[in-house]
Order: sequence, then structure tokens, then C-alpha cells
Amino acid sequence: MRKTTYIQAINEAMKDEMRRDESVFLIGEDIGHYGGLFRVTRNLFDEFGAERVIDTPISEQGFMGMAVGAALVGMRPIVELMYMDFFLVCGDQIFNQAARYHYMSGGLLNVPLVIRGQQGGGKSYGSQHSVAVESVFAQYPGIKVVAPATPYDAKGLLISAIRDNNPVLFLEHKMLYFTRGEMPDATEEYTVPIGKADVKRQGKDLTIVTSSYCVLEALDAAEELAEEFGIDVEVVDLRTIVPLDMETVLESVQKTGHLLALHESQANCGIGAEIVARVYEEAPHLLKSPGRRLGMAPASVPVSKPLEMELLPWKKNIKAAVLDMMREYA
Amino acid sequence: MTTTLVSDEITHNKTNDKVTDNTDKKAIDDMVNDQPDENAAPSDTQEQNASLNASTPSSAAIDSVTPIQLPNEQLLTMYRTMFLIRRTEEMLLELAESGQIGGAMHTAIGHEANAIGAAAALRKGDYLTGTYRGHHHAIAWGVDPGQAIAEVLGRAGGFAKGKGGSMHFYAPEHGVMGTNGIVGAQVPHAAGMALASKLRKDGHVAITFFGDGANYQGLMHETFNMAQKWKLPLIFYCENNRYSEMTPISRTSSVNELYLFVRGYGMKSVQIDGNDVETVYTAVSEAAERARAGEGPTYIEGITYRLAGHMANDLETYRTAEEVDMQRSHEPLVVLRNKLLARDVSQEQIDEIEASVEEEIRAAVEFAENSPWPALGEAYTDVYAL
Repeated sequence: MRKTTYIQAINEAMKDEMRRDESVFLIGEDIGHYGGLFRVTRNLFDEFGAERVIDTPISEQGFMGMAVGAALVGMRPIVELMYMDFFLVCGDQIFNQAARYHYMSGGLLNVPLVIRGQQGGGKSYGSQHSVAVESVFAQYPGIKVVAPATPYDAKGLLISAIRDNNPVLFLEHKMLYFTRGEMPDATEEYTVPIGKADVKRQGKDLTIVTSSYCVLEALDAAEELAEEFGIDVEVVDLRTIVPLDMETVLESVQKTGHLLALHESQANCGIGAEIVARVYEEAPHLLKSPGRRLGMAPASVPVSKPLEMELLPWKKNIKAAVLDMMREYA
Repeated sequence: MTTTLVSDEITHNKTNDKVTDNTDKKAIDDMVNDQPDENAAPSDTQEQNASLNASTPSSAAIDSVTPIQLPNEQLLTMYRTMFLIRRTEEMLLELAESGQIGGAMHTAIGHEANAIGAAAALRKGDYLTGTYRGHHHAIAWGVDPGQAIAEVLGRAGGFAKGKGGSMHFYAPEHGVMGTNGIVGAQVPHAAGMALASKLRKDGHVAITFFGDGANYQGLMHETFNMAQKWKLPLIFYCENNRYSEMTPISRTSSVNELYLFVRGYGMKSVQIDGNDVETVYTAVSEAAERARAGEGPTYIEGITYRLAGHMANDLETYRTAEEVDMQRSHEPLVVLRNKLLARDVSQEQIDEIEASVEEEIRAAVEFAENSPWPALGEAYTDVYAL
């Protein structure tokens, strides 16, 4: 087994799919000559040229719309949004167009489009470059949402996203980019299916359901909780937010009886609220304590490091939430 | 000439303050009668200004093409399609009046020549995107009127099983890749299709129709820029009826001639009489030829006029009956009928065509009205593609 960074895994997925399928092309800002602000598309311009790795002007509505149009006639565009926050600039093209086209046309047309880019806090980028968007997207049927936490999942899920016949939002995280993980050889083909969660840590006392960078924070918190308090946390990595793999969530809750839904978008009206609600609707008898949510506090992301860390639902806040739950009910 | 909104404001002010009323009314009159600012753009007199002045006929277009004379046989086919579109939309308005059509329905009565001339100039495999005023494009491109009416009625016999409706027409087998409920949103889609054709080197072009009002959306300019920079095989076709919904564009536009918008991007553009099929055919043919030769996009401004309201049940308080009457003498059916009669086609031939269209329309309405509602399970399908 070799180890690669998260960035390299994404780069490899795009390269492999572009070699395999001529309809795949990349479009976005600074992705060609420069190789992407975070170097995720590095070297792809050299191999595939300006026609398939398209540097755009700063016109998010325009190039998102063009990608939708190209997808409608059978191309498989991958759009890079430099920061996920910019989805708001081209929101109509994503939500009103890409997500609705298949339905509005009664199934006559498909939009096989991937929108990818990094989101999230932790690097002092401030309010307009740090938002986590998974909960917003989950409100719009017609678009799938994936948010892998490891290089292995990132490559496998991106390949699945590119081959999917629907618009797929592929969420990366700026804190994950330089993390490393085990990978099969570059020549070995594999995919990770969309819609399948993965238990990243087995545990018997409490279930944390999460995705993206929060998986790493949850795993860290779990190690410390085990060491310091003897609490054995199970970490379920959703990997896909839409569609949700409730089967895996329910299996885990059946085992532990305690549920904490964790994510970096706001807890208020967030995807965690949905997960907790579904457990209450589908199997309330499994819960030995009230299911809880932990997410970003209802504030914008500040630049100041201590303030940012105060708000983000990371290790310190995860530990506090778990201890609070277990103190009361264990 | 006042809009509903303006009238309301005045009424409201009258009850409170007579002086404000007069001041407001003067300000509004000034705005409505606003003469082009001589410093703003290449100046034209109000009379020549076909882009903004709705009391100017379509034939007043100032930067036109020399129309190719088409054979009578082809013109008769075009006349048939034009009459078919007109009667389909008139039937739709009747159905709307009878309460059978919910939501917003926008007819293109008076715009037909823009669609028909363009359809004849393009090839199988070319792509079209359009606006919520798009019944005429879809039918000109080959959509069956029965399926179209059924779709607007929300019936299972519609091409999208009644899920799309009037604003969302699709017929990929004819190249109709979607009309759109959001002003301007369809324009980058066509650019993406043109980009796909460029990458595939398949020789196809895309045409996108939009109204005068769309020119003021930001993404239009993003698309103009990219399309020109990348020399996409694309035709921007603006159907300028001089009203963006209920507001005359003279009241909101700082540009006097819309076809000049794209000149800043270095794009070729023309202003044409959009009510004459031969002129439209010629302009679109030339644009398509340029596009296929790799010379990039063209912007065509077709001057036209919407004879019916913006949508069914529009109060039309923003224009006078005299203005509409004046425009009737230049509307597409009249222009084409006069042309045919002047070229030795008999009135009987035209009557025969119209009678056969009436038959077809009767059958189309019957098909649509007899088409069942979709099965309730359809509400949940087509959310995701397999």
C-alpha cells in the first residue's frame, strides 16, 4: 500500500476518468495553467490541454450555466468552485437548473455534472470563504451530495460522481487537502458507491454520525474519550449526505443506544437535525438517551483564530457534547 | 402610458397629498417620455429607435441583412407552421380563460416569424434553448401541438408527462433542449452546448432565444464574453418586443440599440425585422455559417411585437390599443400573407392551408383534453436519473 494526499487522490480520479472518457472536461477559475488555487488540477493542463482544462474568467454564473448546458447534451463537465461559498453566486444554475432539469423534463434530459471544491473553516479565511454547505444542498432534491474524509474515499467517490447521470456536489475540505491515507496502486481501478456510509471506528457506547473533515476530529475525540474516560465511541462516516444511508446509522444506534449527529454546517435546521429526526421516526426505541446534534453555531465564521475555534464543532466541542450526554445517561 | 404599479402609486398619493401626486406624476411622465441621452450611446432619433420604441414597426430595423427570396413552396410551409402556432396559442388562451390552465402562461403571438425563420435556417442536430415565451420555438422545431397543449394542461399526454408545463418545453429529438422559467438562465446552457460541439468537432451550432429584458441579467454578459473569447458556434437571438414583462425597456435601459451591447465584446451583431421570415432566415443562415466556419458567435436582435399580453390575463395597462392596432399591420402573418399574394399565390391556397390547420388544431385540443391526468406515482419519479 502506498500513501497519498487527499489532493493527489482527487487529481488521480480526474486524470483517470479523463483518460477513460473523452466527454469529461474541467472548467473553472485558475485550474489550467496555474493548476488550481489549491493545486488540485495540477499537471492536468499539460496532459489534456486548454480544450479540456478550461480556464474561465471570474464568471461563476456563466461557466456553471455552460457546464449545465454541456451536460444536457451528454458531456461530463467537472466544475471547480474555488471556494464552496461561491455557490451562492451561481445558485440559480445549480438549484433551479441542474437539480430540476431531469424532473421538469419528465425524465427526458439528464445533467451529469460534478461540482467540486473545498469548503469549511479552520484556516482563518473568514465569513465568505469558510462556510460548510452540505445542509443547504440537502434541501434541493435532484442533486447528490458527497463529502469524503479520506484519500481512498475521495478518489473512489469522485469516480462514481463523474460516472453518475445526475448533478453531484463533491465537497472537499481545506483541512483535509494535505492529510495522507492508504491507497491502492495508481493502476488499480476501484470506486466507492454513492450513498453508502462507512464505520470508521467501532465502538459500543455512543454513535457519532458525521462526514468530511469532522470525521477526523471525531476520531481524535474518540481516542481521547477512550483514553481519558473509558467511553467507547463509534464513528459512522456518512461519506454521502444525499442520499443518506440510514441503514448503517440505525445499525450503529442499535448497538450503542446513543446518537450524536455532527457536521460543520449549522446545527440549526441542519442535516444532523434530519438524521436525529429520522431515527426518532423510524426506530425511537433504539435510543437510550435523546439524540443530539452538534454543528456550527448560528454565527458567521470569524477570522480571529480563537473565535473560529470557539464556534467550529471540532474536538473540544465534540468531547464536551459526548461527556455531557454520557454523564447524564450512561 | 402608465403601468399598474404607477397608477397605484398615484391613487395612493392622491388620498394623502395632492401636491406629491402632481410631482410624482411629472417625474413619471418624464421617465416614460425619456429621450435618449445624447451622450449615452450612438444616437438615434426616437423614430429610428426600433430597439426601444414600441410604436415603431419591426420594419424600422436599422442594421439589417439583405433577405434571400425563398421559394413559394417553402414560404407556404412556413405559413402553415406560423398559422399552426398562432392557432395553438389562441386555443391555449381560450383554455386559460376557461380556467383549465394554472400558473403563468406566456404566448408568443406576434413573435412567430423569429422562430420559423430560424428553424428553417438550422440543421438537424443543432441545439435550441429558449424562454418561458417559447411555444412558438418548440412547435417550429417540430413539437406536436397536441402534446404541447396536453403538457400545458398538465396531462399525462404532454411530452414531460405534465411536469414541465408552459414554461418548460423539451424535445431533445428535435434539438429543443429546454425553455426556461428564469430570465436568461437558458443562455449559458446554449453556450455549453456550443462548447460541447466545439470539443466534439461535430459541426453543430446552438441557438438561444431570449427577450429584450434578459440583456440586463449579469450572466448574459458573462456568456457574451466567454462565447466570443472561445469563438463558440453559437447564435444569440434577442426577440425584442420592447417590453420586459410590463415595463417598456425605454424606461430602464441606458443603451439605445440592444444589438450594440455585444459590440463591446467584439461580437458581430445585427438588428433585423423579426417579423419577416425571409429576413430572419437570412440572418440566422449567415450566423450559422459563421459559427460552423469557426468564426464565433453572432448576436441577432429581431425587432418584433407581442400582440397578446405578457401572460394570460395581463391587464395590459402599459400600452394603448392604438399602439397594438398599428403593430397588427406589421405582424408576421400579415407580412407573410402579403408576400405570398404578391408572389402569385392565390387566396384559395392560403384558405386551404388555414382550413387544414383548423382541422389539426381541433384534433390537438381533443387529444389534450382527453388525455388523462398523470398517475399520482409520477409525482415521485424523475427526481434522479438512473
